[in-house]
Amino acid sequence: MERTFLIKNPSVMVFIALLALFTVAVTFLSEGLGTGFISTAMVKTLGMTLCFCLIAIAMDLVWGYCGILSLGHFAFFGLGGYMIGMWLMYARTEDIVAASLANAELPPTEQEVVDAIGTQIFGVVGSSEFPWVWAFADSLLIQLILVVAVPGLLALIFGWLAFRSRVTGVYLSILTQAMTLALSLYLFQNDSGLRGNNGLSGLQNIPGMADTPQSTLSVWFFWASAVALAGGYLFAAWVVSGKFGSVIRGIRDDEARVRFLGYPVEGYKLFVFTLTAVMAGIAGALYYPQAGIINPAEVAPIASIYLAVWVAIGGRGRLYGAVIGAAFVSLLSTWFTGGRVPDVNLGFYTIEWVSWWQVALGVSFVLVTLFAPKGIGGLVDLFINRKTPDRHGEDLGPDKGSLREKEADA
Amino acid sequence: MSTLLEVSGISVSFDGFKAINNLSFSIGPAELRAIIGPNGAGKTTFMDIVTGKTRPDEGQVLWGEKSQSLLRLSESQIAQTGVGRKFQRPTVFEDQSVEDNLLLALKKNRSPLSVLGFRKSSADGDAIAALADEIGLGDQRPRKAGELSHGQKQWLEIGMLLAQDPQLLLVDEPAAGMTLAEREHTTALLKQAAKTRAVVVVEHDMEFVRRLECKVTVLHEGSVLAEGSLDHVTQNQEVIDVYLGR
Ligand SMILES: Nc1ncnc2c1ncn2[C@@H]1O[C@H](COP(=O)(O)OP(=O)(O)O)[C@@H](O)[C@H]1O
Ligand SMILES: [Mg+2]
Repeated sequence: MERTFLIKNPSVMVFIALLALFTVAVTFLSEGLGTGFISTAMVKTLGMTLCFCLIAIAMDLVWGYCGILSLGHFAFFGLGGYMIGMWLMYARTEDIVAASLANAELPPTEQEVVDAIGTQIFGVVGSSEFPWVWAFADSLLIQLILVVAVPGLLALIFGWLAFRSRVTGVYLSILTQAMTLALSLYLFQNDSGLRGNNGLSGLQNIPGMADTPQSTLSVWFFWASAVALAGGYLFAAWVVSGKFGSVIRGIRDDEARVRFLGYPVEGYKLFVFTLTAVMAGIAGALYYPQAGIINPAEVAPIASIYLAVWVAIGGRGRLYGAVIGAAFVSLLSTWFTGGRVPDVNLGFYTIEWVSWWQVALGVSFVLVTLFAPKGIGGLVDLFINRKTPDRHGEDLGPDKGSLREKEADA
Repeated sequence: MSTLLEVSGISVSFDGFKAINNLSFSIGPAELRAIIGPNGAGKTTFMDIVTGKTRPDEGQVLWGEKSQSLLRLSESQIAQTGVGRKFQRPTVFEDQSVEDNLLLALKKNRSPLSVLGFRKSSADGDAIAALADEIGLGDQRPRKAGELSHGQKQWLEIGMLLAQDPQLLLVDEPAAGMTLAEREHTTALLKQAAKTRAVVVVEHDMEFVRRLECKVTVLHEGSVLAEGSLDHVTQNQEVIDVYLGR
């Protein structure tokens, strides 16, 4: 990454600086390493929020820049989580089993240990056999590779089939919904090998670190999430800043034209789709150890729709917009659904935010789309004097995903 | 004379309507050709077939010395073999600068990985600057293409075509929306381009075609009605009946 890249993209430096500041502040206020002003639960929430910001960047790349409205990226997020979750659960159970068998008169054989782990993990689904998907669960290295390989491969196969047949627009969005629905239904089955609707749990307990309190672990994971977000942001900014960014924005606005220039459009889409799936997988792998549990409901179709809502509210087509949208909406949602927001008593009806929050979110999504398509990120324009072109309501290209007049700058 | 593009016996129908009917056409490696014909004659559809956008129901499209069939290639592959196209409506990337539009078109490796690692060299910058000057947009390079006037967008698209450096240039109604001076400039550019490559120009405007001083192919209802010099075809009774007579 050359210096000119950073100089040409001052927003990247601003973002990294703000993120660093935020990380330092949270560290000094945390329970584990600081004054304790921020509870461990809150540190985890903030760390998870950073993971959401990372997947939002992926979503912005694929939708905001390349015009592919994927409504399935949470499937990749979930898969990343499952991959790391398998190792966490296996290794942690191994520790427990080893401790309990240590007092036995005869030292346990390897097979006995494995069987005991299997009984522990799969008892809830009435089994004790390890399914084949757990073949490498004892190896952290392999599971880490799978964190990127499994979402990447699924995206590659799905994208190859879809893009090759030139499926675009609404049809592609529906296909991605079908993909994430199918995945979640599959995972819900007890014989999927991933504990059905129980999912994987106890993921906050890091194997071999039983003596490190959660308050400290939470800060470490917060750091890791911050580093991943910074890396993801830098990488995405680099990708979109050069000619590659030019090509994918061209695909977003007018893919036929890009084709006639000689660019293999399908290859570009596949590349971006797979790359962002990998980013989503990494975000998921950092998220679930902080959440502590992953189950098939996490990859339900609605999750991916929320992702699009975050990016839309934050402002698509600009990376910091995606980050702002994800952070703002997910934190607000935590706040509203946490039950700590006072109910509004209208006399004839009491608005309970836990259930009404969804409605409020839906309404604000519609309002943003209609009246402020630049989203929250558009507020930045007020400071840097970015102007919208006057195109009499015309979009910037003929394609469905193309930038609208109100989203563009002059 | 050898041929660069040899189209033989192509037909295509849309919902039973024959837009192209047993059409044959060929052009040499350094030739300027005008295609005229009334609206709906199939001129744009012909370009769609050559560029791979539309598959013909029958017929052959052969390319180059090795007579490679273009029908098996995708749009992007056809473009890479050396067919450039200018659309009827100006189509430039409106959200991107004039400079970026030209850079996108500049003849380079088009694969995702090589584009990802691409960095503009000073030679590329010079090439773009020269092109921008040639199309009269030298001082507009940082501007968003969407802000340009209709005529300037036409220019930019022609510039992008030249940047692609194709062996065959298909130009659909380039003079639409241009002033007289701009038309003259366009004529000069097209004639210049045809010295080193094949150029096919679809045009309605007779004055414009006359100024191109080239062989003319008249299309009507999806097939060739007449071919020859402009004077020759305009004296053809059939041509007068279907086209000039109106
Ligand atoms: N995709 C399509 N579907 C149906 N009809 C089409 C399609 N493309 C072209 N046509 C028809 O084919 C005929 C030739 O069209 P076109 O090639 O655009 O004519 P020209 O460019 O000579 O004016 C027209 O009657 C047009 O309506
Ligand atoms: Mg036409």
